[in-house]
Amino acid sequence: MSRLFTEAVLIGIVASGIRLAVPLLLASLGEMYGQRSGVLNLGVDGIMLLGAFSGYYLVLRTGNVWVGLVMGAFIGLLLGLASAVISVTLKAEQGISGIGVYLFGLGMSDLLFQKMVGTPIPISGFPDLDIPLLSDIPILGGMLFQHSAVIYMAFAAVPISLYVLNRTTFGMNIKAVGENPEAADSLGVSVTKIRYATVTIGGTFAGFAGGALAIDLGIFQQNLTNAAGFIAIALVYFGAWRPMGVMAGALLYGFVNALVLQLKTLGIISRGWSDISAMAPALITILALVIVARRFRQPAALTKPFTRGT
Amino acid sequence: MRKPRFIGIAILMAFTLVVAACGDDDADDTTAATTAATTAATTAAAPFRIAIVAPSASNDLAFSQSIVDAVNVVAAEMGNVEIEVTDGTFVVDDAAAAIRAYAADGVDLVIAHGSQYGGSLSEIAPDFPDTSFAWGTAADTFGLPNVYSYEAASDEGGYVMGVMGAALSTSDVIGVVGPIEVGDAKLYVDGYQLGALAEKPGATVNIVYTGSFGDVALAAEAAESHLAAGADVLTGTAQMVVGAVGVANENDMLWFGTQANQTSLAPSIVVASQVYHWEVLLRDIIANIEDGTLGGEIYSIDLANGGLVIEFNDGFDLPADVRAKADAAIAGIESGSISTTP
Repeated sequence: MSRLFTEAVLIGIVASGIRLAVPLLLASLGEMYGQRSGVLNLGVDGIMLLGAFSGYYLVLRTGNVWVGLVMGAFIGLLLGLASAVISVTLKAEQGISGIGVYLFGLGMSDLLFQKMVGTPIPISGFPDLDIPLLSDIPILGGMLFQHSAVIYMAFAAVPISLYVLNRTTFGMNIKAVGENPEAADSLGVSVTKIRYATVTIGGTFAGFAGGALAIDLGIFQQNLTNAAGFIAIALVYFGAWRPMGVMAGALLYGFVNALVLQLKTLGIISRGWSDISAMAPALITILALVIVARRFRQPAALTKPFTRGT
Repeated sequence: MRKPRFIGIAILMAFTLVVAACGDDDADDTTAATTAATTAATTAAAPFRIAIVAPSASNDLAFSQSIVDAVNVVAAEMGNVEIEVTDGTFVVDDAAAAIRAYAADGVDLVIAHGSQYGGSLSEIAPDFPDTSFAWGTAADTFGLPNVYSYEAASDEGGYVMGVMGAALSTSDVIGVVGPIEVGDAKLYVDGYQLGALAEKPGATVNIVYTGSFGDVALAAEAAESHLAAGADVLTGTAQMVVGAVGVANENDMLWFGTQANQTSLAPSIVVASQVYHWEVLLRDIIANIEDGTLGGEIYSIDLANGGLVIEFNDGFDLPADVRAKADAAIAGIESGSISTTP
């Protein structure tokens, strides 16, 4: 047990937890916008996969991680737009259409990878960006301030989302449309425009998350996200549709995962308990967030298509 | 007027993606394509048809690629062989559907390349008594006359890798990233640990099973946890290890591969890879099928029969004394003087 409390190990656990949390945080924040406006997009994982492939591919071809990241986000934007067409304009059953988007992303990302790349080829990931002065703080500096720029961008998106949702007209309209689209419509708010905007924002976040994941890992592989998009959707529910709740859920999931890995590495969790302990991150996160989320209710119009005059 | 415009955008996007998919075709289609055919021009006989159902990508530089590569080798030797591949069937029900479809289509040999497919195969195989099935990695034919099973003694290569890993480690802390403690992954990890401790009894071998064959991010973080624990040598097994190799490469940790040659992932740190050559047993299986025996035997590849080969990275400057230790371990395992099981 004493090996757990060394500086290197403690820094490693926290830094690892943050890295594991970031793709979930980004995808969850994006999905939160859509759900707050009443649209559930179960296709997040598929969008992440196509964002991951496109980001990876652009870095492979150009060597520029930022070009790759932008491409991941752009592909996410396009797929978010397509999701909005399906859910908002065509008023498709959101659960079913989302699964369709997921399967499209899963299959297409693999097909593109097979045809355009073939065997996994490593790429250079994001360079670390040490924050001046803060990164020199003993222990804390290594844990929190020696990450890549994408990590800081992800966490910066939390207060920005908080501000957008609670302090801007756009945010108020999102919440109004998600709670009572008929009332919002009667006040002149375009439900269609708001929902298009939020689902497209969600897709962009998901594509960005996928691109960030692939570039950070420096590789792409079939089904790279390993269902992270579905965990992200769950985190929106359990984070009570609030940016801080979503962030808390993502961090909890990441930290428990990192802690379990480190405990296994040091032999504190025996090999006999290895497979069971692998379930711990999901179980603990769900338990913790269910307790919190029970106090909140979902947007009243979530998953309900809007038709004027009905 | 807006609806058609948005639908147009969606259609354009889908079209663009499909066109992109069909654009650059530099990849090696012999391993990546769903269907590949090798037909001898000189014979008019019906081709021998082999179908592979594999859980991950056919070019994963690991488990699935090992069987696809082997079938391609056999096909090239035989000529007049038709190969069909369904990869990425990590959902067992999808794999079962593919196995059944190939059997119904009259394929001569259906290879169910995943121990998780056993339950499905035991139900499907009796429905197609004239079709031969091969299932691995496993050592059970379910008592069925049309099922072969195959496994890899990956503990043997693991032992050799462990000897080298311990010899090269300066921190005497060695990390292992595994998926789930079953099958050839467990054999490899156990063999590696045994070899490392045989070479350096005082070394610490930290083993992490992530609980997933496909979670690349978790494998990468497992490698980070080994780094934090002081490891300077890493190994791992299953298709998710590409993430761990990346971490090893960034931090100049040495890497030992298994299942396929992983040198291309990180040429400067990959010391050697244990490569599966399933063709050693596939030749026998196909010969048996052509003689009318459709199953009932259990096969294994190992160092002695040439099914397992330690492929050294020529670009890595392996000290001569460490190479000698590896060669001695290989010789000892082949002669039976070294045991690679705990």
